[in-house]
Amino acid sequence: MTNLSLFILIPLAAAFLIPVVSRKLKWFPDVCGIFTTLLLLLLSLQTMNQETVYAMGNWPAPYGIVFVLDGFSCLLLIIINLVGFVSTLFSFEYIEYFYTSKLRYYSLFLLMLAGMNGVVLTGDLFNLFVFLEIASIASYALVGFGCQSRELEASFKYLVMSTVASSFILLAIALVYGRFGSLNIAHIALLIKQHGMNDTIIFSFVLLLVGFGVKSAIVPFHAWLPDAHPSAPAPISAMLSGVVIKALGVYAIVRLVYNLFGMTALISNLLIYSGIISMIIGVLLALGQWDFKRLLAYHSISQMGYIFLGFGLGTPLGILGGAFHLFNHSLFKSLLFLNSGSVEYETGTRNLEKLGDLVQKMPVTAFSSLIASLSISGIPPFNGFWSKLIIIIAAVQAGKPVVALWAVIGSILTLASFSKIQRYVFFGHGKNFDQNSFKAINEVPLLMKMSMIILAILCTFTGLLMINGVNGIFGPVVNVLDAGPHTYIEKILKSNFFIPGN
Amino acid sequence: MNKSKQQGMSIIVQTVARWTKGYIFLFGVYLTFYGHLTPGGGFSGGVVIAVTFVLLTLAFGKERALSKLGKVLASVLDCSGALLFLLIAALGILFGGAFFANFIEKRFPSANFRLFSAGNLPLCNISIAIKVGASLFMIFIILAVRRVVEINGKRKLISTEFFETPEKGKSR
Repeated sequence: MTNLSLFILIPLAAAFLIPVVSRKLKWFPDVCGIFTTLLLLLLSLQTMNQETVYAMGNWPAPYGIVFVLDGFSCLLLIIINLVGFVSTLFSFEYIEYFYTSKLRYYSLFLLMLAGMNGVVLTGDLFNLFVFLEIASIASYALVGFGCQSRELEASFKYLVMSTVASSFILLAIALVYGRFGSLNIAHIALLIKQHGMNDTIIFSFVLLLVGFGVKSAIVPFHAWLPDAHPSAPAPISAMLSGVVIKALGVYAIVRLVYNLFGMTALISNLLIYSGIISMIIGVLLALGQWDFKRLLAYHSISQMGYIFLGFGLGTPLGILGGAFHLFNHSLFKSLLFLNSGSVEYETGTRNLEKLGDLVQKMPVTAFSSLIASLSISGIPPFNGFWSKLIIIIAAVQAGKPVVALWAVIGSILTLASFSKIQRYVFFGHGKNFDQNSFKAINEVPLLMKMSMIILAILCTFTGLLMINGVNGIFGPVVNVLDAGPHTYIEKILKSNFFIPGN
Repeated sequence: MNKSKQQGMSIIVQTVARWTKGYIFLFGVYLTFYGHLTPGGGFSGGVVIAVTFVLLTLAFGKERALSKLGKVLASVLDCSGALLFLLIAALGILFGGAFFANFIEKRFPSANFRLFSAGNLPLCNISIAIKVGASLFMIFIILAVRRVVEINGKRKLISTEFFETPEKGKSR
């Protein structure tokens, strides 16, 4: 049995230890960062197929803060700590080359990790807000880490929009607390069951949806993402696109919709149509981009649309598809951002027109990015194909063939824009390509290669999870979400309270 | 009076600051130590402690405040406050069976409403006060020492710790 508080304790302790110790020991930030994330990864793999409720300070559920581990939290924990580990491996040489202060970088990175681990574990609404703010504030600082004017501007834009979202969330939590006098998610769900919905609760639900919608960058609220994600250092872009928007946005929305408010036809339609809009608009905006990382950032919006669509369908197969695509997207999108980082590391530019013919010079980067591009565009046998297939089948089964058609169109447009990346960066060249300036290019150093290879292997073989692993990892997710608020309440509050029937 | 040569504010402000700084600091310590009994606690106590150093900076200039609490020391205090808090929380796992368990109260139950009561809450308050005091002072100092200066026609953000006045910065 894993002690759930370790997921908060270890990264926080490392984050505060690094600035104290590394004034004397220059090697400490790297070593501490890599070992901490490795330890967290191993711990998170150990939580598979466990279900526990951990009461902080021995205070039982509705009175104290509880940490809840179920299938959905476990999936998010594995994703967060896996991408976190790979990003720290990549950071080792990348940050040394581009940036100055490693100790601040690792400190903020681990704070962000602690915040996200807290968000996915906590069973308390206000505690969720606190961890959300820890992760968000660390990410504002990391987006503006380069301190160039463009990075600071992106960071400020992100800060303003995200803070508005946070205040919406806080207002909603205050309204819920004012109505029910409880902050425990399971207890609030129980009270909603007992007293029924009223206008306050509906209003606070809308506020929560908007707030977490901004955090997860679905289309009407996406404006901060295309600036913020490209401006950050590449490993941080991988974290932001791969994990942060999911842990802070999608996880919270899905958890609240399924386990707190209960899924209804209206919410389902809302999620499905916002998903389709972000899917199509994101990919259309991505097609015209000439900045490598900005193009990838627009694709994050588009792929978030698929995840919303999957979860919005509300059927078990839809939830399975959403959860599987969430897992896959975190793998291939972080891999693509790491690829863009290593291209920038060697060539010093992200402009697609100036790059070209890197396949001979950087084979590992080229082929891992090819795998990631094929995965994200949904080409068999890579993982992206299977999750998109499940989502499309689920949409057809739910009686929404038009939705399925839009998902297919989005996938084709994704393939188009990733052919553009492959054509201009690795297997061809753009019109401003200058061959002489790229003579001295080599492959990136070992650790950067290793992190890309790990993700590429995972991208190739997680498609095989379809055969029998899907029930092991994604089955619990479906069980937790599909069972609705009733089972969640029962698990956390035990038999202390009378729960009205389903 | 030539303002650029003057360190800090007028003699009236400096005298009042000299008299009150100790009491303000003491009030911060009081708020921290009685946090579990009376209104107050780690955060408010820490803020009042930080205000002492802010007052020193405003009245006497940043050199005086930085000589009392340097930037490195403030940073170390900031981190060690947080580490102390985490240590108390982690000791709860060892001795009380859960994260943040109040293990001192469990082992040595005390009379209520005494100064030494409430188990590890006063210890938590003290560590929060160290953390908040040091980090608020850091924020103030960072905002105070950064200036936008024109160097060779470009506007740059520099730290005036290293450059006494903007004119000197220009010459480098």
